[in-house]
Amino acid sequence: MARHTLRRDEPRRRGLGRKLVIGAPYLWLGAFFALPVLIVLKIALSYPELAQPPYGPTLDLAGGWAGFVAFLGELSFDNFAFIASDDLYVAALGSSLRIAASSTLMLLLVGYPIAYAMAKAPDGLRGILVAAVILPFWTSFLIRVYAWIGILRPEGLLNGFLVSIGVIDAPLTILNTEIAVHIGIVYTYLPFMVLPLYATLERMDDTLIEAAQDLGSTPLKAFWTITVPLSWPGIVAGSLLCFIPAVGEFVIPDLLGGSDTLMIGRILWSEFFSNRDWPLASAVAIVMLVVLVVPIVLFREAEARRMEESR
Amino acid sequence: MRGRLSPFNVVSLTLGFAFLYIPILILILYSFNASRLVSVWGGFSTQWYFALLENEPLLDAAWVTVRVAFVTAILATVLGTMAAISLTRYGRFRGRALFTGMVYAPMVMPEVITGLSLLLLFVSIDLDRGFWTVTLAHVTFTMCFVTVVVQARLVAFDRSLEEAAMDLGATPWRTFVSVTLPVIAPAVLAGFLLAFTLSLDDLVIASFASGPGATTLPMRIYSSVRLGVTPEINAASTILILLVTTGVIVAALVTKRSVMMRQAG
Repeated sequence: MARHTLRRDEPRRRGLGRKLVIGAPYLWLGAFFALPVLIVLKIALSYPELAQPPYGPTLDLAGGWAGFVAFLGELSFDNFAFIASDDLYVAALGSSLRIAASSTLMLLLVGYPIAYAMAKAPDGLRGILVAAVILPFWTSFLIRVYAWIGILRPEGLLNGFLVSIGVIDAPLTILNTEIAVHIGIVYTYLPFMVLPLYATLERMDDTLIEAAQDLGSTPLKAFWTITVPLSWPGIVAGSLLCFIPAVGEFVIPDLLGGSDTLMIGRILWSEFFSNRDWPLASAVAIVMLVVLVVPIVLFREAEARRMEESR
Repeated sequence: MRGRLSPFNVVSLTLGFAFLYIPILILILYSFNASRLVSVWGGFSTQWYFALLENEPLLDAAWVTVRVAFVTAILATVLGTMAAISLTRYGRFRGRALFTGMVYAPMVMPEVITGLSLLLLFVSIDLDRGFWTVTLAHVTFTMCFVTVVVQARLVAFDRSLEEAAMDLGATPWRTFVSVTLPVIAPAVLAGFLLAFTLSLDDLVIASFASGPGATTLPMRIYSSVRLGVTPEINAASTILILLVTTGVIVAALVTKRSVMMRQAG
């Protein structure tokens, strides 16, 4: 009897639990991720004001529908027009995309051989290698960038080493250039590239390569025609995971890039913190988002597919 | 093929790991430098570690950071696990596409955008910035990482165990606590640690979301790094690195042990 009542209760109780389990994270992300992005869009369409908050117009809900219409009438695209007409922003966006793309390519070239060797390692060693790739990622990002300042400075360790072995006569200027930014991005993002690549390479069926070689294919040809295409999901996931945040990177260009390295994340930061122009900073954020929307959607699809495949 | 490393593989691994670890080792080494000049070795000394103990602002910042990270990790683990269950166990519900989008987007979203957008939200609703706004901001981006970690474990999990428990009359909550949770526990713990570390580490989002009296350790380190490289920062970094490394290794051993005990028993 008891069991019978329990069964009858179940759908209702299950429905409530289910609503809570979906609802709580859904509402949280809606309130603190989706809604803020909409607010950024709204403020990007406002103008700066010497007031608190430092922008206008402000939406007065007491004004009702008429107030809302008046509010809409005051919004403008001036910030976007300004960004489009000013060389600084266009150049910063362009160089951010260029630096992110070339760093991602370098990450792929550095990360692939590492991931490939990890996938081929004996069973006992593989777990240790994976842990060893992840461990630096647990170490503070800021500290890892900071470590490179001491190495790359003109009087730093790298220059000291190169001069002492006689490769160069005078110290090279590496810090405060784009080269230093590339080194910083490759260094800090490497685990994000290696791990997705390793995940696909590790699952790969070795017999395919053996079959190709038995049929007379050279190792290099077998690599290009079998290994690379099969690891494509890992290449896509790793590249997007590095490229998207690299475009908006702030800390690395700020600490390693010097004043000449223009990157859009830095522009947004200084518009906000130094110039206190919140509407313009918001407009920069929206432009960045629009540029990144396609890669972000591709990343989501790639991740969802990876989850489906491992099922 | 597997298990045999070619010379090329060995070289890739050696160079790769040298690249990953040498900068950190140099940083640790120079924290014991007696000279204030960071690039000149002036003998072994622990003076910078003692100097840290008298650096009140830095210690305050460290305490704020640890509290933020702890509260963040708890909330993010609960919300992230709920989101992972929603995505793996509830099939197609209304708004699922939007939900997956909101879970994956914050992971790759440039931090400056996340930070700016949350700050503008806090200003719009007139919320005073401080400890709780930083925590709210951190929960939002770290919970997505928890979701992905737990989701991977749930996907690989044999559902027939859960179904058997339900058929025997267990409520969904009871089933979760006594069947699902023990199996996904290592992933939940990994998610907790990940959220904790990400929160501990974050500079950009905290700079936007924080207010007076809630300066975090990365914010403090960043402002002194901008003034120049000092052995004192190296010492603070070394402590942080050792704490995190020990934490990760202990957690790995604990989960390995519990998995082994489960297999044995």
